[in-house]
Amino acid sequence: MRLIAIETASEQCSAALYLDGTIYALRERAARRHGELILGQIEQLLEAAGVDRSSLDGIAVGRGPGAFTGVRLGLGVAQGIAFALDRPVVPVSTLQALAQQALRGGARPTAVLAGLDARMGEVYWALCPVQGDRVLPASEQVDAPADLRPQWPDGGRFALGSAFAAYPDLAPALGLEASQVDAHALPDAHDVALLAVDAWERGEAVAPEEAQPVYVRDDVARPGPAR
Amino acid sequence: MKVLGIETSCDETGVALIDSEQGLLAHRLYSQTDLHAIYGGVVPELASRDHIRRLLPLVRAVLDAAGVDGRELDAVAYTGGPGLLGALLTGASVARALAWGWGVPALAVHHLEGHLLAPFLDDAGLEFPFLVLQVSGGHTQLIHARALGDYELVGESIDDAAGEAFDKTAKLLGLGYPGGPALARLAEQGESGVLRLPRPMLDRPGLDMSFSGLKTAVLTALKKQAYRPQDVARAFEEAVTDTLVEKTRRGLEHTGAPTLVVAGGVAANVTLRAGLQAMGRRQGVPVYFPRPEFCTDNGAMIALAGLRRLQAGAPVDRGAPVVAARARWPLAELDAPVPA
Repeated sequence: MRLIAIETASEQCSAALYLDGTIYALRERAARRHGELILGQIEQLLEAAGVDRSSLDGIAVGRGPGAFTGVRLGLGVAQGIAFALDRPVVPVSTLQALAQQALRGGARPTAVLAGLDARMGEVYWALCPVQGDRVLPASEQVDAPADLRPQWPDGGRFALGSAFAAYPDLAPALGLEASQVDAHALPDAHDVALLAVDAWERGEAVAPEEAQPVYVRDDVARPGPAR
Repeated sequence: MKVLGIETSCDETGVALIDSEQGLLAHRLYSQTDLHAIYGGVVPELASRDHIRRLLPLVRAVLDAAGVDGRELDAVAYTGGPGLLGALLTGASVARALAWGWGVPALAVHHLEGHLLAPFLDDAGLEFPFLVLQVSGGHTQLIHARALGDYELVGESIDDAAGEAFDKTAKLLGLGYPGGPALARLAEQGESGVLRLPRPMLDRPGLDMSFSGLKTAVLTALKKQAYRPQDVARAFEEAVTDTLVEKTRRGLEHTGAPTLVVAGGVAANVTLRAGLQAMGRRQGVPVYFPRPEFCTDNGAMIALAGLRRLQAGAPVDRGAPVVAARARWPLAELDAPVPA
């Protein structure tokens, strides 16, 4: 199977190619340059692998939550490519993809807390249970750091993401030791690709127009009197 | 040559397909006006959220209506600016990715170039050069269009755009948002000459205009409680029309342009249309308006502008495609396309 994966919800812009069991990925920390980079990264991956765009089976994308503009850019690009190639889109949670990174080195905690700085004094977070070598989907929320109440199952714990860099007191407040936290991990297309293959096999690929951002923060405007 | 056009610069999602031989094949528009009405104005984040929901279904509908397979397209044109950055980027990301998937060029079109070329959608007889009166909620400009991409700004509003003045005055009259069209309907019931509002800057030479003082004059008139709202609306519409007609007449005189094109959302206003047409007859200058549905933002004008530029040999990107847009983009920065 051949999938392109896109992850643009954080300050990192990354793309990956899943090619019959192997994942090739490119990433760059590039705040506000995602639009400039993403299609070039995809082209580079396909060229290096000698894969024609028309032979792709589908497009995977981190569908948020994260920076609104970044999430939309990823979805727009995924929708456009998928529509033009007449292929489906596999949306993957950006938080779940971030959590999946915790297992890359072979570590096997019982659950992984993924947290992204959501600005405005809040963080996006999800507590993903681990099953074998995969993290499972979990409910996604946006809260003030002081209001996080993760229900950890018994066993090993790990936490990662920009939420812990933006709020250095958060990890200690949750009873996590320094060795249980990676505050610098960024959501990456490698993990989007990995989770997308599972999702594909579960039949979770959708028509391009049905792939939509998941913002989690939805109270972005207040009805008010005419200005 | 077949070009898909995508417009997402503000609160309308527009998609259209144009063919160099057969003209406009299909077009669709989704207006978000109702979505923003309760907020009293366009909320940029909500506009972007809606664009990404609406865009692809509109693309599918346009291709289906035209009976064209996407793989038959020669290019994708999209609004590259000016406008709301997040809204523009949503359209740019989908447009660039569609073009990349189909393996065809993508062209960033200037929104105002789209508007000023819109009359070409209906009138094959129109030719450069011409003077453009661009009147919308965001712009009130007189532009001397000498050729495709060769535009000189010769006059503009120094404060509110005419459409903005319509909406603000409508608010003073309690007509809600966006109130411009409602104000025009109310004015139809009003009596001419009951109230006379000032004609800003008509006493001064030059082609610049001002509309912000008009709403203050309306407010003063309303405070007197001596006028019916419909008469106030009528007086307002007449003041705007007189100002635009006279400045446009001077613009024709100044540029020597043989033809007038009226573009932008306010070009749909019946009173303004009548005033400009009467002036055109007096001056012996033909006046072209886009049909009302192409006065407001739409994908057809973007498809057309993209097609015209391609036909003129505009260079297309050869390197890695970039998703980009410009919130600000002066029309004068455009160049006439030079064949590569």
